[in-house]
Amino acid sequence: MTSFAAGASRGRRVAVIVSAVAIVSIAALGALLVGPVRLGSSGVVKELFAWLPFVEGDGLDEQQATILWQLRAPRVALACVVGACLAVSGAAYQGAFRNPLADPYLLGAAAGAGLGATIALVSGSGGSFAAGTPVLPIASFVGALVGVSAAYAVGGSMGGRTTTGLVLAGVAVASFLTAVQTFVQQQNSETLREVYTWILGRLATAGWADVVLILPYAVASITVLLLHGRLLDVMGLGDDEAESLGLRPARVRLAVIVAASLATAAAVAVAGLIGFVGIIVPHAVRMVVGSSNRWIVPLSALCGAAFLVLADLAARTVVAPGELPIGVVTAVIGAPFFALLLRRSGRVR
Amino acid sequence: MRKRFSSSAWVVVLFLALAACGRSDPGDAAAGSGVPSADSAFPVTIEAANGSVTIDAQPTNIVSLSPTATEMLFEIGAGEQVEAVDDQSDYPDGVPTTDLSGFEPNIEAVVSYGPDLVVLSGDAGGVVKGLEKLDVPVLLQPAAASIEDTYEQLGQLGDATGQRERADLVVDLMRTDVEEILASAPDGSGMSVYHELDDTYYSVTSDTFIGQVYSMFGVENIADEAKGAGSGYPQLSSEYIVDRDPSLIVLADGECCGQDPSTVADRPGWGDLTAVTTGSVIAIDDDIASRWGPRVVDFMRAVADGLTGSVA
Repeated sequence: MTSFAAGASRGRRVAVIVSAVAIVSIAALGALLVGPVRLGSSGVVKELFAWLPFVEGDGLDEQQATILWQLRAPRVALACVVGACLAVSGAAYQGAFRNPLADPYLLGAAAGAGLGATIALVSGSGGSFAAGTPVLPIASFVGALVGVSAAYAVGGSMGGRTTTGLVLAGVAVASFLTAVQTFVQQQNSETLREVYTWILGRLATAGWADVVLILPYAVASITVLLLHGRLLDVMGLGDDEAESLGLRPARVRLAVIVAASLATAAAVAVAGLIGFVGIIVPHAVRMVVGSSNRWIVPLSALCGAAFLVLADLAARTVVAPGELPIGVVTAVIGAPFFALLLRRSGRVR
Repeated sequence: MRKRFSSSAWVVVLFLALAACGRSDPGDAAAGSGVPSADSAFPVTIEAANGSVTIDAQPTNIVSLSPTATEMLFEIGAGEQVEAVDDQSDYPDGVPTTDLSGFEPNIEAVVSYGPDLVVLSGDAGGVVKGLEKLDVPVLLQPAAASIEDTYEQLGQLGDATGQRERADLVVDLMRTDVEEILASAPDGSGMSVYHELDDTYYSVTSDTFIGQVYSMFGVENIADEAKGAGSGYPQLSSEYIVDRDPSLIVLADGECCGQDPSTVADRPGWGDLTAVTTGSVIAIDDDIASRWGPRVVDFMRAVADGLTGSVA
């Protein structure tokens, strides 16, 4: 009976994964087809098929091809990677802390990454933007780890790992780090604008160089998190229980937190601070497939990619040829969703 | 309300204390002795953006919190009367730069310079009211919408400082220069311009002062299609810029963001733009392009050169 149910739900989950892959592909295709400049759908499709062997295709003229391949495509690709990173790290934090409200923003990871990146930016040699250099992701990573560790330490010292304690600690740490970041910015007003536009999100200027820059970090951290999905499920039983099953909860938690912080840092380093992806995507996934991290982690990566691709599509088309900051788009969708979630978790209590 | 009252009361106390101590600033004596002959036009009343401003005697201790106003004051010969300028004011050389901020003005800090006139371009945090309560004359000169506003602000500063004659002279010279520049520039119709504020493609529409300058040349501003974005400073999509292929690209982000014609050429997808291949990407001092002072003439000259280059 049990095994039958498990099999059925397994089949359903595989179907969900397959459809998530399909959603990402459709979102990416849509994002390639639509933009502030009309390229003509058939031309773009021909151009895409030209990548297949033995297919001749030149649906676009040279300038249109430049727009598609040099400007639009890297942006879609970067949105995919950044969205996946943010969502997967959110899912991982939630699993590792056994706390549904944990996300890179509430936990201070993003604020820490922001501070690290800001310090890298202002100490970089006068004016030359440090994006596109490996310094930025590393500085972000260190900052993210500091942020999460501080939130976890403060939250833990409040006794127990309660939802409220950890979230409050995260809020305190995030505000503190943001304040420090503002201070650093103020002290370096010549780079103020640079830092500011970066905070609002830099998907708008994405090039293949950005994608290449974060891909290794993204792949490494997401792989680690995918491998830890099952362990997170075991830990969901409680630390004592997990230990009796031969697991070292502290070690697993450390690995997951480091990997999730790396994913956050990679995303922040190239795209700036983009909120709410890490919390709404994993929760939406949870509503569909239940509470098994083995499925939540990979699905969050896929859905996060699709979500950010679509959010970025909105950012560049709603007021075209103007741009909306991507962080605004995700927050406008994310904030109401988050409020709804708080209501739900309130009722459960 | 109550809180505001108590904070201004503190300012008064501090001000009195400072006044009682007397000031032994070496710059003070110089400023005092260097005051040019007064117009005897005082007291004078000026209609400014913050209403009627009455100034009883010729100011000798001016605090400028606006880099543009600082440039104007020195241009009209009132430089000797300026006691302190904000941290962004850096032109002309040798202005008395302090750490006062025009973006987040601190009334106490401003008052500590004992100003008899404060000029600023924005009313952040109710600073205008705060200073008026302390009976410090305040001249609010917000960002100009067109070059006519620049002329008007120069006139206001002339009246306020007793340098009206020199101010009129400056305005006349500017008008002549502008006319000459426009006459020598190529016909802008059929040409388009992209003005870049930073390396994430923020630009200016024709609703802004800089945008107005481009309109004077008759060139089309590609940012105007993004007016729906609501502000005069929309962020443009890179693919839109590449698609529009502007005849002239003006970079006002050299200082902030390290951009120059070669970095633009290196951007993915930008290398084949007409402006890039014809060498019509020009870099303009960020400050000149963001202020509406007398140096707008230099800016116009650079634009005229750029347009000439893109025709050739």
